[in-house]
Amino acid sequence: MTTTPTPAPTAPPRAAGLRGLRERWNDLPRWQQWLWLVPVVALLYALPVLNPPLITTEPGTNFPIALFDAARFALLAIGLNVVVGQAGLLDLGYVGFFAVGAYVAALFTSPDSMVWKIPYLWTLPLAMIVTMLAGLLLGGPTLRLRGDYLAIVTLGFGEIIRLLATIVGPLKGQVGFQAVGRPPGTDSTGQPLFANSDGTTWYWLVVTITIVVLVLVGNLERSRVGRAWIAIREDEDAAQIMGVPTVQFKLWAFVIGAAIGGLSGALFAGQVGFVNNQKFDVPTSVLFLAAVVLGGSGNKVGAVVGAFIVSYIPNRFVELAGYKYLIFGVALIVLMAFRPQGLLGARQRLLTYGREAYRRLVGRPDQVASDDPMTAQAAGNPGGTNGGPVR
Amino acid sequence: MLLTSIGPVLAQGPDWISFDVGALADQFWANTVDGLAYGAIYALIAMGYTMVYGVLQLINFAHSEVFIVGAYALFFTLAALGFGPSSPDLPLIALIADLILAMLVAMLAAGAVAVLLERVAYRPLRRRNAPRLAFLITAIGASFALQYLIFAWRGPNPEPALIMFRPEPVFTVFGAPVDSQQIVIFVAAILLMVVVDQFVNRTRLGRGLRAVAQDPNTATLMGVNRERVIVLTFLIGGILAGAAALFYVMKVPAGVQYNGGFILGIKAFAAAVLGGIGNIRGALLGGLLLGVIGNYGQTLFGNAQWTDVVAFVVLVGILMVRPTGILGESLGRARV
Repeated sequence: MTTTPTPAPTAPPRAAGLRGLRERWNDLPRWQQWLWLVPVVALLYALPVLNPPLITTEPGTNFPIALFDAARFALLAIGLNVVVGQAGLLDLGYVGFFAVGAYVAALFTSPDSMVWKIPYLWTLPLAMIVTMLAGLLLGGPTLRLRGDYLAIVTLGFGEIIRLLATIVGPLKGQVGFQAVGRPPGTDSTGQPLFANSDGTTWYWLVVTITIVVLVLVGNLERSRVGRAWIAIREDEDAAQIMGVPTVQFKLWAFVIGAAIGGLSGALFAGQVGFVNNQKFDVPTSVLFLAAVVLGGSGNKVGAVVGAFIVSYIPNRFVELAGYKYLIFGVALIVLMAFRPQGLLGARQRLLTYGREAYRRLVGRPDQVASDDPMTAQAAGNPGGTNGGPVR
Repeated sequence: MLLTSIGPVLAQGPDWISFDVGALADQFWANTVDGLAYGAIYALIAMGYTMVYGVLQLINFAHSEVFIVGAYALFFTLAALGFGPSSPDLPLIALIADLILAMLVAMLAAGAVAVLLERVAYRPLRRRNAPRLAFLITAIGASFALQYLIFAWRGPNPEPALIMFRPEPVFTVFGAPVDSQQIVIFVAAILLMVVVDQFVNRTRLGRGLRAVAQDPNTATLMGVNRERVIVLTFLIGGILAGAAALFYVMKVPAGVQYNGGFILGIKAFAAAVLGGIGNIRGALLGGLLLGVIGNYGQTLFGNAQWTDVVAFVVLVGILMVRPTGILGESLGRARV
């Protein structure tokens, strides 16, 4: 660890306020943190009903649907954050898993497909299982190799899934699947509770699932698995020497990330009610990556914030929508050059030692600053071994 | 459950995947000849990936956009010279002069973009000694920024087709005609790659390049200017991508499109890995092999888009069986 007394660069004053807030937050006992979260979550649930001016995306985009978009993006970003932020594996074909999940939901519920029909809600776990298998199939051979091969293989995978959806007959290419299933239930007027035209109920469903996934992923992060991921991310060779079965844990990260992506895909298919090959291109995948990196890779709250920004801005400022890939592509370069830890940098390394150690270190904010995964090597140990391309 | 449900589907309904072995047998030699021409193009692009990887251990995702910038430069030059959707009626000398001029412009543009990219995107990260993940994210960001910059400028549709000359059959191999276009592409691409290979293996600058690829620190201590070598690497990669643009547009006249380089880039990278990444001769071998294999796959499965799927499967397969590629890795050690 970088506890050597190297003179770390002083934190910029702009971030000081944020850090103070974060320290105060971390000083709170666990139950008080939960208590504070209650109104935040309540507000989240109330958002589509409140439809507050200024924040609302109307008239450009239906606000509940925009919120649903943001929520499914957040779910995706949490999944991708496990892969990219926690384990440090660059997955550029995450949209492939998203697509697999969407197609599973469509194949098993749409009247257009020839596969057995099952109730929509059953497709959610099924989509997760199928995407996990896809992740196993893709990660198994490639995760043994150097990390950068994974980037190009996943990039290819994302593209191949889209191509297969186009050229394999029963996947129906651009024609796609109409009338994808939805959860059961009708309201008092006989309208389905989960309508394609109304995002509110769907938004509530996704927010609920997202919170559950957040808690589960958070527990994983604090467990042996999470510590193994962080060790792999920081230095794979060292982790292996210390007895971490690196391939196995990388595969776990990859597969868990894939499952969350598939789940999001199945939810997306349900809300839109229509699946074809058009929405799963690689640029979308890079948008997912931008969400994670923008928010702060390695920080699941950051990933949620990043996802909100990435999905909300094109919906809110419709005139920018055509340039979103350009904007977020440039954002990736700029972020890597000037703020590699993202808007909300990660502090996972300290979690390795639990809250006690964190509190002890809070007296030294510089040290905390240099603990971000993206800046650690630059700020901490210039002479140390690192995985950088050029020494 | 999935398997049992797919079972009946396979029996009824349209085919999931169909094979046409007969077509492959019929068109085997025609596919081989055409695949070699495509493969030469892949190889030229793969050179850019492989050299940058050899020197920096970085997958330069934005190389596909360097290529497409070259293709646009070529398109505008040729359009200005009066080329269009119908083949021009020019004397041979004038045609060759025009094409060489356009290729030089494309090389210049692509080389300039490659060097600029290195300056703007990668150098700040190297200064900071950033981790590998940061480089990869920057690379993919640069790729998309460039792609959608072109998109914002030229829109989503491909540029109108440019025909340079009508391919004429020259001779036949096992009954498969070989046309003038295929010969031009193949010979010119091989020639260019031999020049680069000789440059890297025989000149002083090339020795510096190999030294940096082998051991950057020692090379710096021995007086090699590492930064200059890196710029040179990007420049050579860009120039070859510019040349590839000429041959690509020759083969696919309507291929100039904002995202036209993207899949080609993945395939070229697969070619580089197939031959052994960081290895110049490996890039040539991998490119030619991938071109031929892709063509076989296309005929076997009966759809042009299968070429990409086959290329990807080859990439994963090679990584599983022999991750160092056919000829082995490392630019530094690639002396033979």
